[in-house]
Amino acid sequence: MKVSHALASLALAVAALGLAAPSALAAEPVKIGVYLPLTGQNAFGGQLELNGVKLAHQAHPTVLGRDVELVVVDNKSDKVEAANAVKRLIERDKVSVYIGTYGSSLAMAGGEVGEKAGVPGVGTSCTNPLVTQGKKYYFRACFIDPYQGAAAAAYAFKNLGMKKAAILMDVANDYSVGLCSFFKRSYKKLGGEIVADLKYNSGDQDFTAQLTEIINKKPDIVFMPAYFAEGAIIMKQARELGGTFTMMGADAMDNPDTLKIGGKAVEGFLHTTFPYDVAMPNMSEAAKAFTADWKATFPTQDPNVNSALGYVCYNLILDAITRAGSDDPAAITKALAETKDLPTPLGSLSINATHDAELPVGIIQYKDGKRQYIGEAIAE
Amino acid sequence: MTLELFLQHFFNALTLGSLYGLIAIGYTMVYGILRLINFAHGDILMLGAYFVFYGTTLFCLPWPVAVVVAILGSALLGVLMDKIAYRPLRSAPRISALISAIAVSFFLESLAVVVFTGLPRPVHQPEWLVSIITIGGARLMPLTLLVPGVTAVLVAALLYVVYHTKPGLAMQAISKDIETTRMLGVSVDKIIALTFAIGSALAAASGIMWALRYPQINPYMGVFPGFKAFIAAVFGGIGSIQGAVVGGLILGFIEIMTVAFFPELSGYRDAFAFILLVVVLLVKPTGLFGEKQEEKI
Amino acid sequence: MNAKPAFNKRDAALTALALAVLYLFLWWADGSMAGALSWSFLPSPLNGYEIQILNLVAVYGILAISLNIIYGFTGMFSLGHAGFMAIGAYVSALCVLSPEQKEIMWIIDEILPPLAALHTPFWFSVILGGVVATIFALFIGIPVLRLGGDYLGIATLGFSEIIRVLIVNATPITNGSLGIKGIPCYTDLFTSFTWLIIVIFCTVRLLNSNFGNVLKAVRDDEIAAQVMGINVFHAKLFSFCLGAFLAGAGGALLGNLLTTIDPKMFTFLLTYNILMIVVAGGLGSITGSIIGSVIITVLLEWLRVVEEPLDLGFIHIPGIPGMRMVVFSVCLLIIILYRREGIMGMREITWNSIGRWFSSLGQSKEDKA
Repeated sequence: MKVSHALASLALAVAALGLAAPSALAAEPVKIGVYLPLTGQNAFGGQLELNGVKLAHQAHPTVLGRDVELVVVDNKSDKVEAANAVKRLIERDKVSVYIGTYGSSLAMAGGEVGEKAGVPGVGTSCTNPLVTQGKKYYFRACFIDPYQGAAAAAYAFKNLGMKKAAILMDVANDYSVGLCSFFKRSYKKLGGEIVADLKYNSGDQDFTAQLTEIINKKPDIVFMPAYFAEGAIIMKQARELGGTFTMMGADAMDNPDTLKIGGKAVEGFLHTTFPYDVAMPNMSEAAKAFTADWKATFPTQDPNVNSALGYVCYNLILDAITRAGSDDPAAITKALAETKDLPTPLGSLSINATHDAELPVGIIQYKDGKRQYIGEAIAE
Repeated sequence: MTLELFLQHFFNALTLGSLYGLIAIGYTMVYGILRLINFAHGDILMLGAYFVFYGTTLFCLPWPVAVVVAILGSALLGVLMDKIAYRPLRSAPRISALISAIAVSFFLESLAVVVFTGLPRPVHQPEWLVSIITIGGARLMPLTLLVPGVTAVLVAALLYVVYHTKPGLAMQAISKDIETTRMLGVSVDKIIALTFAIGSALAAASGIMWALRYPQINPYMGVFPGFKAFIAAVFGGIGSIQGAVVGGLILGFIEIMTVAFFPELSGYRDAFAFILLVVVLLVKPTGLFGEKQEEKI
Repeated sequence: MNAKPAFNKRDAALTALALAVLYLFLWWADGSMAGALSWSFLPSPLNGYEIQILNLVAVYGILAISLNIIYGFTGMFSLGHAGFMAIGAYVSALCVLSPEQKEIMWIIDEILPPLAALHTPFWFSVILGGVVATIFALFIGIPVLRLGGDYLGIATLGFSEIIRVLIVNATPITNGSLGIKGIPCYTDLFTSFTWLIIVIFCTVRLLNSNFGNVLKAVRDDEIAAQVMGINVFHAKLFSFCLGAFLAGAGGALLGNLLTTIDPKMFTFLLTYNILMIVVAGGLGSITGSIIGSVIITVLLEWLRVVEEPLDLGFIHIPGIPGMRMVVFSVCLLIIILYRREGIMGMREITWNSIGRWFSSLGQSKEDKA
């Protein structure tokens, strides 16, 4: 009896040890998935954002005393791939939460998968309102297009006093279509006049026909929310054709190469963006820390807002995991939704009821060949 | 529409059209001889532009030297491409070679992404090419006139090669009947390699011109111009060099003039080109300048 | 071509058996078997990622067969597939979305009133998608099918691009470039494979019938077929419309599988993908199309491995973005260089050929007809 008793307790002890061993060693890392367009049409944005995520990971490699493991998957700027990528992150790699992506249509495809699995995601720069609409598990670290378009219209009409606007829209690009239509609505409501409304298709390189037409209508300002490489070419062609109007773009123009490609044609160009810039006045502590971190890792390159967004996404998640006290997807989702006044390089960030980040809209202007952060705009 | 405005549109269309024409010649040469749609043509165009970019920035070559190196490099690449991906399939069904061409195109694009990354690179335009001149109220750059000029010179040179030299004669013979030509003692593989070399050199030349006109380069820059130029080649009658140039010009004019005359329909710009293409094919199935294909029974 | 007399008894039995095995497998893979029978010895079902791949295999299989009918069996080089798929996908999506969903999603222009109220069952939407694609095919086919060879390919490619441009611009109907999202995911394993099996069954019956021989005659020698009194144009048009119907239905299934669609998905690159599957599998072989779709889909997924960082213990290789497509294109090139007629050529795997193979080898290996 006694012997068996001793044996039994020994067995129990062994079992207890065996059970305790994994948690005692704390070997399990917290897995955070990242799906971004590292190749394909949107590769430039994806790669910048990935650098931001990696930078944040480098600065804070642990949470809850456990290592954080990043699982990076390329979504190839393709929707089918984006859905597969998220599926793979959740099911194979068993991530607790995922980051991504650049490009709203990619985010919609990926978010649908996360929604079904009940795993939270945080979008980097997917600004289309449909991305988080009706979603329980999808969040984003950026503001949305209606807000940005309205802010741009308000800035053009009120701050700049421009009464006649023309639109140049990429009809095949959801981002451009969304922003243009919200800009138009707000601008007309404010009392402005849209004198020309022209379209092109993604992949076009020649905009001379549309621009000649716009020049003929003599607008004060042209709103053209293109991607930066396209936008720079548009500006170049507009100036070559003798256009003297002001041009205005949106956050996708926010790239150091805009100036390199556009050269002198970029002079005077304005665009809305997320409120971070390497040379912004009154930089917050968090923004200073990000800038210093970036310069230490990439000494030859200035930090860009996409990298800042990647960086913010990671920190947003880490903050949520810390508050949740676990890496359980449901707990992270709850904590993410309750995010309030988190200091980030983009300013103090709160997540609102529709899971979007509430941020002011920053305005950048190129003056004397330099990009300057000239202030912030508020939508009506 | 004022004359001034029309003149501006005219020059815009001329530049775009002659660029399309220049790219289309390469397609048409390869197709004329092998009946192969060389999908990788647009990617050679991209590589040509990258060669110049890296030649001038990384190796600090002067512009003219970099251009020559890029053109020679692309020609070599074209020969290599033929040797690896197309020559083994000469006797296979034509669709196999077509799939092979698609695979080569994917390969070059994704390799470019791996090697050059997906970031677009700015291209430096020499100042004298982009200083504005005004003609009759329309503004244009020396580049606008240079592109049609280069196209004209290259077409003249090409026509001379094809119609007045021995290898050119062999090319014509191969395009008519490859087996008979082989029996006559022409080394068919060498001539085809030469065709690929010329075609790829033309692609590189047009890539460089394209990058000068639209000064940014990225791994996918060849896809759309390639696609459009291919349409232009079919338009003009694929296989015909003059046809390719005319087709390119027509395509350029359609694209610009539809926007000029119907600005509210600018979103449908691509559709117009395709509708006209289908109409031309239905009326004259071999394109404007194409020879009638004989039915072999 | 082996013009077999329809089904004999042995084949029917074997086919029924194979189908039973397939459905048993799907039942297990889906996870519903474990739910219905709580047998502890069952291996755990496939995860969602693997199910998604299986679904894609089935849908690509249908699309490959549809292109194979047009190109492989009738010899018409058509590059318009992406257009037909787009039509099917959009029609189906408009049918299955609830009116409330449509109201909030059309944020640029309001949706056309009759479309807003449209709400049909899923199976009907797939068929309707196919039917609308067929109507378009009829309008395109009547003028264009007179063209031969590459010119037909280019003209159909042109139409496919025109369809895409129209979809981009017709915001009140299609929501333009914003696309349609939140399509309920009706394409589960049972649906996709049932569709695939119905398509295979009907196609095989059709091709083994006299009309199948007519199509092959048109492919092999159009003039001879005409001399024999075949109405070549009718045969071509029928085959083109049938292919378009299946492409439309396949597009509808694809849209429901991915739950979001937009015009950018349906560029000429999508057509190339399907063409790649058909040619890699073997032009004029149904089995080849299935094998091709399995290989290409699985290969594309499996190759994600090459982009991941590699830790060999002593050496750490960081992941190289873009490497996957490099390796994929090399694989494709190798397939086409070493099996220039595709993996199956024009052959099919039939019960007869499996039987012969068994008797000649005496070894056991499972295969599906």
